[in-house]
Amino acid sequence: MGIIKAAKLAYDYLRYGEEGEEPEVNRAIDDVDLDIEEGQFIAILGHNGSGKSTLAKHINGLLVPSEGTLWVDHMDTSSLDDIWKIRQKAGMVFQNPDNQIIGTVVEEDVGFGPENLGVPTDEIWRRVDESLAAVGMTAYRHQSPNKLSGGQKQRVAIAGVMAMRPKCIVLDEPTAMLDPNGRKEVLKAVRELNQKEKVTVILITHYMEEVVFADDVYVMDSGHVVMHGIPRDIFSRVDELKKYRLDVPQVTLLSYELRKSGLMIPEGILTIQELVDALGQENLSVPENWEKIEVHDTYSNVENIKWEKTHDQPQSGAQSIRMEHVYYTYSPGTAYEMHALKDVSLEIPQGQFVGIIGHTGSGKSTLIQHFNGLVRPSQGHIYFEGQDIWAEQFPLRGLRSQVGLVFQYPEHQLFETDVLTDVCFGPKNQNLTQEECEERAKEALKHVGLDESFYAKSPFELSGGQKRRVAIAGVLAMNPKVLILDEPTAGLDPQGRDEILDQIASLHETRGITIILVSHSMEDIAKYVDRIIVMNHGEKAYDDAPKKVFSHYKELEKIGLAAPQITYIMHALAEKGMKVDTSATTVEEARIIIMKALEKRGAL
Amino acid sequence: MIRDITIGQYYPADSILHRLDPRVKFVGTMVYIVSLFVFSSWVGYVVAALSLIAMIIISKVPFKFMVKGLKPVMMLLLITMFFNLIFTPGEVIWSFWIIKITKEGIRMSLKMGVRLVFLIIGASLMTLTTTPNQLTDGLERLMRPLNKIHVPVHEIAMMMSIALRFIPILLEETDKIMKAQMARGADFESGGLVQKVKNMVPLLVPLFVSAFRRANDLAMAMEARCYHGGDGRTQMKPLVYAGRDYVAYLVMFGYLAVSIVFRIVGI
Repeated sequence: MGIIKAAKLAYDYLRYGEEGEEPEVNRAIDDVDLDIEEGQFIAILGHNGSGKSTLAKHINGLLVPSEGTLWVDHMDTSSLDDIWKIRQKAGMVFQNPDNQIIGTVVEEDVGFGPENLGVPTDEIWRRVDESLAAVGMTAYRHQSPNKLSGGQKQRVAIAGVMAMRPKCIVLDEPTAMLDPNGRKEVLKAVRELNQKEKVTVILITHYMEEVVFADDVYVMDSGHVVMHGIPRDIFSRVDELKKYRLDVPQVTLLSYELRKSGLMIPEGILTIQELVDALGQENLSVPENWEKIEVHDTYSNVENIKWEKTHDQPQSGAQSIRMEHVYYTYSPGTAYEMHALKDVSLEIPQGQFVGIIGHTGSGKSTLIQHFNGLVRPSQGHIYFEGQDIWAEQFPLRGLRSQVGLVFQYPEHQLFETDVLTDVCFGPKNQNLTQEECEERAKEALKHVGLDESFYAKSPFELSGGQKRRVAIAGVLAMNPKVLILDEPTAGLDPQGRDEILDQIASLHETRGITIILVSHSMEDIAKYVDRIIVMNHGEKAYDDAPKKVFSHYKELEKIGLAAPQITYIMHALAEKGMKVDTSATTVEEARIIIMKALEKRGAL
Repeated sequence: MIRDITIGQYYPADSILHRLDPRVKFVGTMVYIVSLFVFSSWVGYVVAALSLIAMIIISKVPFKFMVKGLKPVMMLLLITMFFNLIFTPGEVIWSFWIIKITKEGIRMSLKMGVRLVFLIIGASLMTLTTTPNQLTDGLERLMRPLNKIHVPVHEIAMMMSIALRFIPILLEETDKIMKAQMARGADFESGGLVQKVKNMVPLLVPLFVSAFRRANDLAMAMEARCYHGGDGRTQMKPLVYAGRDYVAYLVMFGYLAVSIVFRIVGI
């Protein structure tokens, strides 16, 4: 028997009504069997609401199974006597970095667990020292957690668990709220713990790149374990994964589609090197009719439209937003003075789809808050349709309905008792009549794919993805000419992400709205936008068509960013001597380019 | 405005006052406040002022931080002085309608003013030299005897330190929600009082929802790390008195004795 074993595990959430009627029973997990060996790196995949978090909370004894049994290190979690031992053996790291740090100083937080266990003082200090060193956070031990980045906070949380000397760590979507660098940082720390300290790791996630290194992968859907195997096997079943609202890394997807187009390359390719090697084989034959074979990309169907569009030159239309030499300084004249923006000038024509990228703290959030006048520049001018928005008499509130801004995690701003009234909030502030408000709200909800059945629901009982759509509709209902979205897909599962992005893209197509999309995901950006603005240290580093920006992939890496995985694949192939156009940024483009290149090679 | 309040703000520096045990500093502040009311002569106030100045110099905290702490309570100070001025009976110097200003009144209000200014500076000196964490630790230890009469001392201290940790997070969140609602056309500035309160709903509801969500998450995270109340808990940084702390106690009680002697002798 391994360190963690589950047999026929099931859990029911009970929802009690207000009138004391019979509770509503929701089965969150059902018939789950697990057997995890000590020292393994296990990944549990699943979309939002698949029951993976519920399962995680069982391993730590935070939830007790309704049916079946779970043993942690031979202890039954439903016996209350062992509960503290179980929690010490199987530590848990949660999703939100802010909400799990208890101490006001890093080292004190790490000491919190041992304190609770009644460990003697000098032993606590030894453990704190070791744990901080293990996650590389020793330099920050006297800092306040509020001053740390998301990735650093998660490392502190991991150190806090390590200080309890667990045999196993359960990480419940530890990277969902982090930027790509934070994500890498946390994963590196976790892998090192697994390899050096031999701690069993159970990583719960919906980021597929993170599980490539796992020893064993479980995929969950509606409470059941639906797939189980090593990453290579799991990743070769792309269609099945899509059914469960998941996707695969771009390199795996590209290989899968190349296989579908008739190339005889191995199944379940996980790394760029593997793909390059596979394509380097001499005897690869390209079937004649490959162009007619249907291959589907992810859930998105926009890509094909975009492929036709010219990606080379940014489109130009009537001028919408113009910034001239804008500077912005936080807390000027104090010790905390910080230049968030330095001499930024740009012009965004009406109808463009613009992507803004930059690492955390690069000034991109400050930049977008300038567009609708939420922040006043310290220096410089901002014009909307030719008018200076900070001139006297300029109707700033009117501007905010024309330049809609959807903040990160917009669902946190919902407040009304039902969906329709909440979406009406914006139009109501524009002094429209009740009928007009509702009409606008209904139209906006339709655009984000929510029908009449949602109107009377409380926004608080919707799923995460639905809440987010309501929040986006709330801004859309003001009929903006420009829609700015800050990380609209953060925390959503792959299908939820693609659905939202597709809806945004269709808004752009059908209503001609200017879209400004801030994102950490280069893959998303590459797929949708006409133009990319790269921010770095408050300055504009690049401002060009996606292909041109991504051709600077080496420079992008220097400023903490990266190009889409496809760019790296194409460059790796070109280095190997394959005659491919390295400017491809999406899977579909890459597939066609590679197929054509192979065809030519075969013809020689 | 919130940033102007220095009470509860820590000023990092390396001084003897910073290194003292928080319990000593807490007791010391209490002693100082008591002494302010024991002293009743101007000579006594000079002694109190000199001790305070000495402490400020030892603390290495710039004087302007103390003055900043006075700003938010200025109004309260003036009102107290005003009432003392007009309601103290005695030898009338100047009168208008029912207001009579007396010699005793002037003296009383000046004394009150001096006491309050010293009191506030004294208290902010403690918070400026003690981290909020040390302060809660100190309070927990000092109040431990209350455990016997079933006061949940550990829980109160834990609540205080959690509150301290989450205040900056919630402030940031308030700012974020406010901006998000402003982007939807909300107006937090104009309108009368009733309208203003009504306009706060879009800010307050999300803020409460978020506070509850955080509380829920935090409770779960604490349980996952085996938190089960104060019983059987050890401390990473237990409070232990050092030599300097005993010296500080001596100085403190010497000072208190002086003030009592002054009172008895009638200086």
